[in-house]
Amino acid sequence: MFYRETGQFKTTYEADSAIFPILQDRIGIALMLAVAFVVIPLTGSDFFLNTMMIPFLIFALAAIGLNILTGYTGQISLGSGAFMGVGAYSCYKMASLFPDMNLIVLVLFSGFFSAAAGMIFGLPSLRIKGFYLVVTTLAAQFFLTWAFIRVAWLYNYNDSGAIDTLPRKAFGLWISGAEASPVTRYFVVLCIVIAMTWFASNLVRGRIGRSWMMIRDMDIAAELMGVRPLYAKISAFAVSSFYCGVAGSMMVFFWLGSAEVESFDENQSFLILFMVILGGLGSIMGSYMGAAFIVVLPVALRAAPEFFGITVNPTNMEHYTIMIIGALIIFFLIVEPHGLARLWQIAKEKLRTWPFPYA
Amino acid sequence: MDILHSIFAAPFIDMYSAPDFLLQVLWEGFVSGTLYALLALGFVLIFKASGVFNFAQGIMVVFAALTLVGLHSLGMPAYVALALTIGVMGLLALGVERFIMRKLVNQPDIILFMATIGLTYFLIGLGEFVFGGEPQKMIASELGLPSGSIDFTVGRGVVILEYADIAAAVVAALLVFSLGFFFSKTRIGRALRAVADDHQAALSVGISLNQIWAIVWFASGIVALATGIMWGAKSDVSFALQIIALKALPVLVLGGFTSIPGAIVGGLIIGFGEKIFEIYWGGLMGGGVESWFAYVIALIFLLFRPQGLFGEKIIDRI
Repeated sequence: MFYRETGQFKTTYEADSAIFPILQDRIGIALMLAVAFVVIPLTGSDFFLNTMMIPFLIFALAAIGLNILTGYTGQISLGSGAFMGVGAYSCYKMASLFPDMNLIVLVLFSGFFSAAAGMIFGLPSLRIKGFYLVVTTLAAQFFLTWAFIRVAWLYNYNDSGAIDTLPRKAFGLWISGAEASPVTRYFVVLCIVIAMTWFASNLVRGRIGRSWMMIRDMDIAAELMGVRPLYAKISAFAVSSFYCGVAGSMMVFFWLGSAEVESFDENQSFLILFMVILGGLGSIMGSYMGAAFIVVLPVALRAAPEFFGITVNPTNMEHYTIMIIGALIIFFLIVEPHGLARLWQIAKEKLRTWPFPYA
Repeated sequence: MDILHSIFAAPFIDMYSAPDFLLQVLWEGFVSGTLYALLALGFVLIFKASGVFNFAQGIMVVFAALTLVGLHSLGMPAYVALALTIGVMGLLALGVERFIMRKLVNQPDIILFMATIGLTYFLIGLGEFVFGGEPQKMIASELGLPSGSIDFTVGRGVVILEYADIAAAVVAALLVFSLGFFFSKTRIGRALRAVADDHQAALSVGISLNQIWAIVWFASGIVALATGIMWGAKSDVSFALQIIALKALPVLVLGGFTSIPGAIVGGLIIGFGEKIFEIYWGGLMGGGVESWFAYVIALIFLLFRPQGLFGEKIIDRI
């Protein structure tokens, strides 16, 4: 009744191909942006911003990156953690070499380094498909994490081997380091993530995105129709790693504050792949849902026994959490293999005809 | 010049001047190669029969070994514990088939792959909850595995072969032989190959998919137990083994996903290559190259032969 496009006539091609052609969608997005920009900073505590919102946004960006590669182009990758690391280490290096540059520019620029790494490790995808490709991306994963430990130049030869955030100001406010308030960091992350989401959603429905999807659906047919696999696959690897790289550098500078190589290991790659699969392959919205699920779930599980007034031994709690996450992953795959985004789509379809589905 | 010398000449001079050390390195490579091959064997079994890439094989190794040690520490004799562990792996196989495989039949490969990663997380949590996170000692001598070593004099030096390693190689050979027999000669083995070829065609001639899957997960559970015992005899049983299990991936790529002999040859190539490269060339790059060398070999290899050494040729149909 409320969610229906009846009576919304398009009189120009621009209006017809807008991102949100339906008025109700535009209202919904405006509401969400209002919540993100006004309600959450005003009402959210520092703890909430630090442990939920900032990681959620950062992981959503990384998930969008992997979704471009796995969901839209059909190339499975287990190297996203390492590409996040390339972004983080290159951003750290640049921030220490050029202390006067605006950190936000550096964070965005660090994506180009991981894009270059992604293009190199994406080259085998021209000959290799499916699970065989997983092995080559694991080669990237293990080689790069090894390099993060062995090449001391990357972490400025400090003893801990970790990269720490450097306090930096932008527009007169501390945006990273100990003095930066969570609200400021939240706003920086939010602006970057929204801008890059907008860019990605336009990219995937444009010419490049359509060539990615053609490669995914059937590469030989796409090639016969004039899509060049070299350009399509390598550009997918580049864009995907760019997004992961930016997410990685934001993770160090705006969330964790310092990171060791463990933050970029294969478990991180698995986690991002979970987000993409649970959220829905080939869906930007799904990347957000998957990231929310994976970020919120452990926090919620840890808070649950207290909520019900049960005390659980913390080490056991750790084990329960990981067991429940594993079981839930299997459960969701069985219930809806196309991810949370598909559930959302079904809900929207139902809503269109509600309350008279047979009329 | 110095660099070229240290890459292209010095390692070979080292090899020639100390043949006993080279032999020792080769033996170490052989031993880790057989273990990789055993790991890969578990993957191949499940991939052959269901087309599922079973990521959980690594944690199944840890889980089986921990169950064995845990049961023994309850005061059971080693062989009773072994039999009970086999029973536990059978239950696990039934559970996986009943609650995961049966529900996910006909789904794309990536979904099944993700489900096995979910299973991995579940088993890690369960294993740590039941057995604790600390590394455990494998009950090698109680199971009748020999300990000690024999020495050979080669040139001016000595090569040490541990009995446990020899036993591991023998067990691996026995497993491969019996699995090969099982696959090619028995009725169930033929049914397995039929399922691997074409699920629907196999169903239409009256082969029960559910039964086959349970059997194949049970078989790979037994392989996991054997791997866990052998690996545990060399070093302790710990959850770190799970990451090492990822090494089975390059092994599979080298040998081909569907070939049992391929798993063995691939395992040996990776084992030898890794140890030799680490010892003679690794120092040039700061050491620790073992963590990625296998993957890079596999990557280079894939560029030339995408289906692996013994894999079936990949044919694209339009």
